[in-house]
Amino acid sequence: MAGIAVSTTINGDHAEFLCHPDETLLEVLRERLGLMGVKEGCGTGDCGACSIVLDDRLVCSCLVLGAEAEGRRIATVEGMAQGDRLHPLQQKFLEHAALQCGICTPGFLIAAQDLLAKNPDPTEEEIRFGLAGNLCRCTGYDKIVRAVQDAASVMRGA
Amino acid sequence: MRYVRPDSLEDAIDLLAEASGKAAILAGGSDLLVRMKGGFIEPDLIIDIKGVDALRRVSENDEGFVIGSAVPCAVLGENAALRRAWPGVVEGATLIGSKQVQGRCTIVGNLCNASPAADSVPALVAAGAKALIRGPAGSRTIAVEMIPVGPGRTSLAPGEIIEAILLDKRRPHSGDAYQRFTPRTEMDIAVVSAAVNLTLDDQGVVEEARVALGAAAPTVLLVKEAADILIGSRVDISTLDRLAEACSSACRPIDDKRGTVEFRKKVAGVLAKRVALTAYQRAGQK
Repeated sequence: MAGIAVSTTINGDHAEFLCHPDETLLEVLRERLGLMGVKEGCGTGDCGACSIVLDDRLVCSCLVLGAEAEGRRIATVEGMAQGDRLHPLQQKFLEHAALQCGICTPGFLIAAQDLLAKNPDPTEEEIRFGLAGNLCRCTGYDKIVRAVQDAASVMRGA
Repeated sequence: MRYVRPDSLEDAIDLLAEASGKAAILAGGSDLLVRMKGGFIEPDLIIDIKGVDALRRVSENDEGFVIGSAVPCAVLGENAALRRAWPGVVEGATLIGSKQVQGRCTIVGNLCNASPAADSVPALVAAGAKALIRGPAGSRTIAVEMIPVGPGRTSLAPGEIIEAILLDKRRPHSGDAYQRFTPRTEMDIAVVSAAVNLTLDDQGVVEEARVALGAAAPTVLLVKEAADILIGSRVDISTLDRLAEACSSACRPIDDKRGTVEFRKKVAGVLAKRVALTAYQRAGQK
């Protein structure tokens, strides 16, 4: 295939791929690299299901071109668990039943991880504002907020 | 379609000027990629300007702030000096979209997308911000309100790129503020919005004022009559009432699903009062 050769880092590992100039990073991650944790909801930056962290910045991968990943660091939900050990956020999402269909969950986990990295002890309001870019049509959000609060206290060692 | 990421502004301008087909500048991409996906635009060349280091910086010099055109709005929100000097500008910039969108979107993109409802533009206009433009013919600096000429249209000549937004150094006793009306608390497009920027004298009397309204006309409105009402006042109740009236009558809005003409006119006045008070309080604290 003729395309743009991109060299990048995904979840700490070096990765290389070829992509078309109009291909989004979301399409590259899913279709070329098999990282199916990144979901497509709207494809227009409204729902947050495709959230990733790009060089320490939370973004929608549907609003990034694959070619833009050159030389950058990408974090996806696949990098959260350590082997068989779930990340505290993943564990608390399970315990609080903070998911039903699961499509929005990877985006919520990445967005919540980014939120807690910047603010380890957020108020409920800060969590709701911080996660306002992620839509969930199943849970009604309360369980997600409680899971994030619980995970935050575990992560603070409280 | 081709994607290029030049590492100098000169190269970006050459690429843009020499492009044979349709060329698009990519900074944050939060408008461009959505329009590409929707089939509204199919560029032959995408010029990613994030490879140009100078465009990714916010700097402060003797004259004020220089905000590079590829700086995402989240970075503006994290800049304490900018927040202190121009809280209204930062309020507008950080109201655009979600955390995810904030990590990408830029004020120059918001300006060049030329939506009358653009959240960052009224505060920039009220602030007297200028756009530093570079093109094949050299550079020029113009007031930001001269950039949009109608919904989706700008005054930029072919081959021109906005390099940075310039904000003046703050005089003492100055303050600005921005508010918008949306039916939801967040993640929505302004039905109507207002920004006020004030400088007071030592006695707390308004010496300089600029008032701007968003989503009230085809482009963001700079309302001189409203500013004249504030100048010489201490932003008391009767001044605020006259301010609201001036803003309401300056509006030339449309009827659409977000709001009616009548509603937009009324709310433009209400928001102008609120932001004038906030700007006055902020100015008094400095």
